[in-house]
Amino acid sequence: MTTSPLLIGHPLSSPEHARHALLYMCRIRKFEEAVEDLFGRGMMHGTMHLSIGQEASPTGMCMALNLDDQITSTHRGHGHCIAKGADLTRMIAELLGKEIGYCGGRGGSMHIADVDTGNLGANGVVGGGIPIAAGAALASKMMKTGKVVVTFFGDGAMNEGAFHEAANLAAIWKLPLILFCENNKYGMSSSTEKAFAIDNLKDRGFGYGIPSVNVDGNDVVAVYEQAQIAVERARAGEGPTLIVAETYRWKGHSRSDKNLYRTKEEIEEWRLLDPIPKFISRILETNILDQNQIDAIQAQAQDQVIAAVNEAVKAKSAEPAGLLDAVFKAVNA
Amino acid sequence: MNDRMLTMAEAIREAMSIAFDERPEVFLLGEDVGIYGGAFGVSGDMYHRYGSQRVLDTPIAELGIVGAAVGAALAGMRPIVEIQFSDFTAQAMDQIANQAAKIHFMLGGALHVPMVLRTPQGSGTGAAAQHSQNLEPWFTSVPGLKVVVPSNPADAKGLLLSAIDDPNPVIFLEHKLLYKIPGRDSVPEGSERIPLGVAKVVREGKDLTIVATGIMVNKSWEVCEKLAAEGISITLIDPRTLSPLDMLPVYESVEKTGRLLVVQEGPSHAGFINEVIAQMAGSPTFGSLIAPIKRLAGMNIPIPYAPQLEKAAVPQIEDIELAAREIVKNWR
Repeated sequence: MTTSPLLIGHPLSSPEHARHALLYMCRIRKFEEAVEDLFGRGMMHGTMHLSIGQEASPTGMCMALNLDDQITSTHRGHGHCIAKGADLTRMIAELLGKEIGYCGGRGGSMHIADVDTGNLGANGVVGGGIPIAAGAALASKMMKTGKVVVTFFGDGAMNEGAFHEAANLAAIWKLPLILFCENNKYGMSSSTEKAFAIDNLKDRGFGYGIPSVNVDGNDVVAVYEQAQIAVERARAGEGPTLIVAETYRWKGHSRSDKNLYRTKEEIEEWRLLDPIPKFISRILETNILDQNQIDAIQAQAQDQVIAAVNEAVKAKSAEPAGLLDAVFKAVNA
Repeated sequence: MNDRMLTMAEAIREAMSIAFDERPEVFLLGEDVGIYGGAFGVSGDMYHRYGSQRVLDTPIAELGIVGAAVGAALAGMRPIVEIQFSDFTAQAMDQIANQAAKIHFMLGGALHVPMVLRTPQGSGTGAAAQHSQNLEPWFTSVPGLKVVVPSNPADAKGLLLSAIDDPNPVIFLEHKLLYKIPGRDSVPEGSERIPLGVAKVVREGKDLTIVATGIMVNKSWEVCEKLAAEGISITLIDPRTLSPLDMLPVYESVEKTGRLLVVQEGPSHAGFINEVIAQMAGSPTFGSLIAPIKRLAGMNIPIPYAPQLEKAAVPQIEDIELAAREIVKNWR
């Protein structure tokens, strides 16, 4: 098993673990803010799906994974990439259409994959990554690699056939798969109240014989603890787990969203449940790091994102030459 | 009879078995491919020879099955996924067209999808509109998919072995009327590959070039035989791989014959075979044509049920014969 440069383990198990959890949540936050800023300044093309407010879920989940464990991600996937260890410069560069970007400018925000960190790719199709993750978990089982696969998806994806077909395959084949639902309460403008006739999304898992749990998706410690149980089950050959992390998307679905379907008050209520201060108070309660150290970690995250943006902005733009040759992988290559 | 006169189903099973023996990462998954042996008997006894871990029966869940094949391929396996009828690929089209086809390009070459999707297609079994389509036009319009359409057992074997070797997603369309009949040629022993993207000149003549796909190659062959007896000699070209398409033998042949007839089973509107016409029209060889290009294709209708209606919906031997005679007779 490859040892991760990422830190595996409970976020409160050591100062290093606490530092890691805080740094990665702040990196995600600062990355998303930088993306929003670049869009605002007209420097970025296309659209964006920001995960501000949801940072604890990918961070807690990925702290339970080895480097070579695999994930599939979503259109709102920057946090998953970062939590799994992706390079910030190559991510920003991709969003800016640069040659050094993860996809050489061919994929953009919704299609970042990073083989080195086990990221099998974000996905522009809601639910598209779930069957793919089941297949990667099938490969893990067939090849006896011991890898666990996590598929991140939102509440909206739970109404896609892809979720249901993949959940059933994972259950009957006892695949080492974790179905990780970030229930951020809205599929674009459709609330979970409108889109589901059940109160708790985790109940969907029981229909497939899959152990299913809820977790506070804004609590990185709670997410890690449930993730760890699911990873152990998967590695022991006991099959899939559904984790439904309750969280909230602060920003609109994408850049065109005017938030007509929810109230300012609701958004404000959730902003008070910000996962970053929540974890900082846990750190301070346990005296695992002091305030100066916490401030330094937050500043470091900011500096890392700024450095990534500066480097990416200067990088060479992707060129159309060679696009035709990029469609297929060369035979015998 | 030579015992290597295999049917297409036998030849495909032989190719899969060779690939299973060569590479541990090759496996087959699909509905009823196990004990049942496949809806058309293609996997046959493979379940008994290779076991349930490599010949994997699945629930009826085409999107999940193909998605699982895509994911397994990304993670280092080489899945062969069988979809019971090509019509049912519609259920799985996100995974085929949005995922498998685009992953290598869209993700900057970081990942690739060495997957073969085998599926029976075509009309002639009285199974009506949802079990009888020819989907060559669908798949050939998706960049990122290789599309293979074998017309005989020997080609099916060699092409399938290449498809399994290929690092990209390959759609392998098998005509169900060809499964149970032996080809004109015996199937070679061993594991020799037929490269993808290389058309086959099935026979050579000087009066007319016919380009046909899949079962239409067989129908056109009958016409070539019949007209040869009357002194009309025809070059018959089977592209075998529709994407990528090898036009070179078509150009070379039309330079000699000056006449071109193209035949496909799928509906004519925006059909695959129109691509052959378009490429010909834009090539220097266009000047060698002495006759308008003639196209025979399926009617633009869903495949009907009753045998006489079903027959009328797609080109038959008589239609090809008539078209061939008219081109040669009217344009001298």
